[in-house]
Amino acid sequence: MANRINFYLILFSFLFYKEAFASNEGMPQLNPEFWISQIFWLTLVFGTLYVLLSKFILPKISNNLETRKSQIVENIGAAEKQREESDQKIKDYENIINEAKIEAKNIFNQAREKISKDINNKKESLKKEIDEEIKKAEAEILDLKNKSPEKINKIAIETSADLIKQIIGTEVNSSNISAIVEDISKKNEEKYYGN
Amino acid sequence: MATNPMHQFNVYRIGPEIKLGEIDISFTNASLFMVVSSLAILILFNIGSKKNYLIPNKIQLLAELSYSFISKMISDTAGSKAKPYFAFIFSIFMFVLFCNMFGMMPYSFTVTSHIIVTFVLATFIFIGVTIIGFIKHGIGYLKLFVPSGVPLVLMPLIVIIEIISYLSRPISLSVRLFANMMAGHTMMKVFGGFVISLGIVGGWLPLSFSVALTGLEILVAFLQAYVFAILTCIYLNDALNLHH
Repeated sequence: MANRINFYLILFSFLFYKEAFASNEGMPQLNPEFWISQIFWLTLVFGTLYVLLSKFILPKISNNLETRKSQIVENIGAAEKQREESDQKIKDYENIINEAKIEAKNIFNQAREKISKDINNKKESLKKEIDEEIKKAEAEILDLKNKSPEKINKIAIETSADLIKQIIGTEVNSSNISAIVEDISKKNEEKYYGN
Repeated sequence: MATNPMHQFNVYRIGPEIKLGEIDISFTNASLFMVVSSLAILILFNIGSKKNYLIPNKIQLLAELSYSFISKMISDTAGSKAKPYFAFIFSIFMFVLFCNMFGMMPYSFTVTSHIIVTFVLATFIFIGVTIIGFIKHGIGYLKLFVPSGVPLVLMPLIVIIEIISYLSRPISLSVRLFANMMAGHTMMKVFGGFVISLGIVGGWLPLSFSVALTGLEILVAFLQAYVFAILTCIYLNDALNLHH
């Protein structure tokens, strides 16, 4: 029921709509009553708007845009400059680092050389001392070696004389004994001291 | 019910009747909305240009974007010679745009939905462009009506057509804007009337149409202002750079 009423209402509204177009009033746009007034006010208002915009506001906006542009260009220039500076500084820094590295290497090498020299010196002096000691010892040994056969012979002669005295009861001439001992020891000498 | 959808276009007097001699120049609702639109433009762009921040605030950004938008439109269509006319085209675009947009407010009045307003604007542009053309090119501006590369036999016909198309420029320019605004607003009113007449049961459909139409009308309001401005640029281009 409500829908049917609504349907008629639409229908009527269409009728009214058509009637509105057909009415005496028609399109208010075509009613010339206020045309002059509209032209007058449009000219006045639009003229004022144009003058105010073109004289006061638009130059300011264009000026703002220009200054911003130039400022941005300037800032970019400054940034570029600073970047170059920082690049230069990085290079300088790397140079300093490299120099320091080379210096450190040099110092290290020098220290190593010095130390190895010292070690060599000490080694040599130690070697000399050791050699001297060895020579001394060798000389002593040689001395002992040279002296030992005589001593041995002497001891052998004495002991053999004693032995003979004990065994035989008489004293034998020591020169005879020494002759025999020397004879034996000479025979054995080759055995002990020979090469 | 059934409010007349054309009622919204009625012009009525606000305040006393002002007469200049025999001519009635009373302040009307149309005048009021012209003043309101212009004031809105002036206030907005005045705030937008007052302080120059390196990083613009919202209103400043709006003003500057509008400036560069129009500036780019002019240089694209009419070249660098059209620079002196920037302020005029900027004013035209902003005025039409703001009048259209203020017309979108309920119970407001759309200045540009009146043929007389758009016709005056278009005629002013037409006369101005014609004067500029004759100043720049002298009598040679008439070459605009003689396209190159047309067979001699067809020449009289083509010239007549060109002259008619040239003379109909103010009419097409003004009727385009006026008809778009009037049709859109009438349609919105009609659908709004349907919402009431169909009531709670069936009113939702025209209501949703109304909502969609509002979006469309806002688009049309912008688009028509843009079209108006860009056609002005194109006419100006014809006057400044004679291509034919």
